[in-house]
Amino acid sequence: MSRTSTGLLIGLMLALSPVTTLAQQKAADPAVIAKGEYLARAGDCIACHTAREGKTFAGGLAMKTPFGTLYTSNITPDPQTGIGTWTSDQFYQMMHNGRFPDGGLVYPAMPFASYTQVTREDSDAIYAYLRTVPPVRQPNRPHDLTFPFNNRSLILGWRTLFFREGEFKPDPTKSAEWNRGNYLVEGLGHCGMCHTPINALGGSRQSQAFEGGLIPMQNWYAPSLTSNKETGLGDWTIEEIVDYLRKGVSAKGAVYGPMAEVVYNSLQYLNDDDVRAMAVYLKGLAQGGPPEKASTALPSAESSLLLSLGKSIYDRDCASCHGATGQGMPPDYPPLAGNQSIQMVSAVNPIRMVLNGGYPPGTSGNPMPYGMPPFAQKLSDDEVAAVVTYIRTAWGNRGEPVSARQANELRAATLN
Amino acid sequence: MTYCLFPLTALLALVALPIGTAQGQTTERAPDTMAARVLACAPCHGAEGEGTSDAYFPRLAGKPAGYLYNQLIAFRDGRRKYPPMNYLLEFQTDDYLKKIAEYFASLRPEFPPPVPPVDSKEILARGEAIVKNGDAQHGIPPCSACHGPTLGGMEPGIPGLLGLRAVYISGQLGGWRYGTRTAFAPDCMQIVASLLTEDDVKAVAAYLSSRPAPADPSFAPRGSLPMPLECGSEPH
Repeated sequence: MSRTSTGLLIGLMLALSPVTTLAQQKAADPAVIAKGEYLARAGDCIACHTAREGKTFAGGLAMKTPFGTLYTSNITPDPQTGIGTWTSDQFYQMMHNGRFPDGGLVYPAMPFASYTQVTREDSDAIYAYLRTVPPVRQPNRPHDLTFPFNNRSLILGWRTLFFREGEFKPDPTKSAEWNRGNYLVEGLGHCGMCHTPINALGGSRQSQAFEGGLIPMQNWYAPSLTSNKETGLGDWTIEEIVDYLRKGVSAKGAVYGPMAEVVYNSLQYLNDDDVRAMAVYLKGLAQGGPPEKASTALPSAESSLLLSLGKSIYDRDCASCHGATGQGMPPDYPPLAGNQSIQMVSAVNPIRMVLNGGYPPGTSGNPMPYGMPPFAQKLSDDEVAAVVTYIRTAWGNRGEPVSARQANELRAATLN
Repeated sequence: MTYCLFPLTALLALVALPIGTAQGQTTERAPDTMAARVLACAPCHGAEGEGTSDAYFPRLAGKPAGYLYNQLIAFRDGRRKYPPMNYLLEFQTDDYLKKIAEYFASLRPEFPPPVPPVDSKEILARGEAIVKNGDAQHGIPPCSACHGPTLGGMEPGIPGLLGLRAVYISGQLGGWRYGTRTAFAPDCMQIVASLLTEDDVKAVAAYLSSRPAPADPSFAPRGSLPMPLECGSEPH
């Protein structure tokens, strides 16, 4: 009797154990799911994997690249069209190594070159969360790439050149806060995708990490995070960087363009400790150096004419908000004097702000932002060039003059 | 003692200085008003949403908040396409867009003087007929049936039609006919616009833009007009 029941019990246990494991896998710990949701925010998955007015995480967003248009994939748990049949191992392989479950290569528009740093534990949490979002039956749209980029085997070459697989390794000589910031910025945050120069092959130049670059197809310049002449944050306080990342506005400047998307969909949801850690790490990226002297080159007759036209436009159209001496009324009317994004070598961002205006994102910390009016319909190319030249060189700013041609070219920039 | 005191004083002075500067900087803030927040709209729509000399940009002031809100959402989400608007609104919340809509709905700036009609009397008469009586033979309801006898619109989702220029009106009607402007289903304006001929569109635009400012610039209260067809933007 006892032998029989023991045997039965063992039999039952054997039979039950796989079921239990499966059940556990299906209903993951709510704390893990919540952590996964948070980390998915940090990775900004939603921005690319959700189309305009589309179902959340169902993909289908068109991503224009110099090589053609990619359509993002469905990452809901639908078994036919999403990732419902994937295991956590397969999900990790995608995040860590940029490979589909069948071993196929993923186009590097998916930032696996950054996500490779994500720990297995965090990847599993994101996986657990994505299994809980509503499944959507929506087949992936085939990519529309031009020859020869429609040949996936080319990705092998790209990977050899630009992909370094490897989880994040903390630097024991640095603080826990710095390491956390490093992990978030370089890993899930995938900041380097825009803030590192892109070469002709669409690869980020690791030797120039965070040195800034023009974002292909969008015509916005992602400033250098290492040079204090650009958006190197060496001269910013931690508080100012935290405000910028979380609220979208700060005493030093506000976010517009593609960075507004990052704050809107991702950074505003991160907790104070994590944003602060990112700020500490970002501030540390800036390479120190004495501030440069104001340009002493005497203006030529032409640029002096440009400047006097620029000043009269500034006094008429800009000074009421940004102040007669460019001091602004921070954080809502950003200062222009001493503002690095005005003085960068690339004048793309200030020209675009004058032409198109813009709103910082509406965030929980700044729910009703103030907008910069567009001036494309009011100012001629010459006038845009004049006023941008003026704000780049007045009040001790050290930018170079811009030409009417530069202004004209950006009138055709894709807005949205 | 003196040796110790000196650096301490110097340190205090250094600490005090930045605080003073910070306080100086924080005193001048942007005005905490909606007008200041929506200044970005002013170059095209006027400082009070009254419209500008550019005929392609519509008057916003005094249109029902529900209508303005629907448009702001449609621009933000890319369903109504005009890149400068899509760009400006892309990262704003529903709550904020509602406040912007309510703000412009509450304004009552003066109407611009009506544009002297350049079209023939026959065209204007055709426009007036469609606006007031519709065209039963072609199944076209009168504009006034939904937009009100004074053409001031109806809460929450039907806009007023006065104070707009002919090119804007014909542009929007054209947008509905060709499917580039859409609204929530049933999209009644898509149905109405597709019944209009090009000449009808021209006539309606010419007549509406020639109308003087209404004596009472308010919109009709919700549900006060018996609408001849169902509209997704105007839930019953």
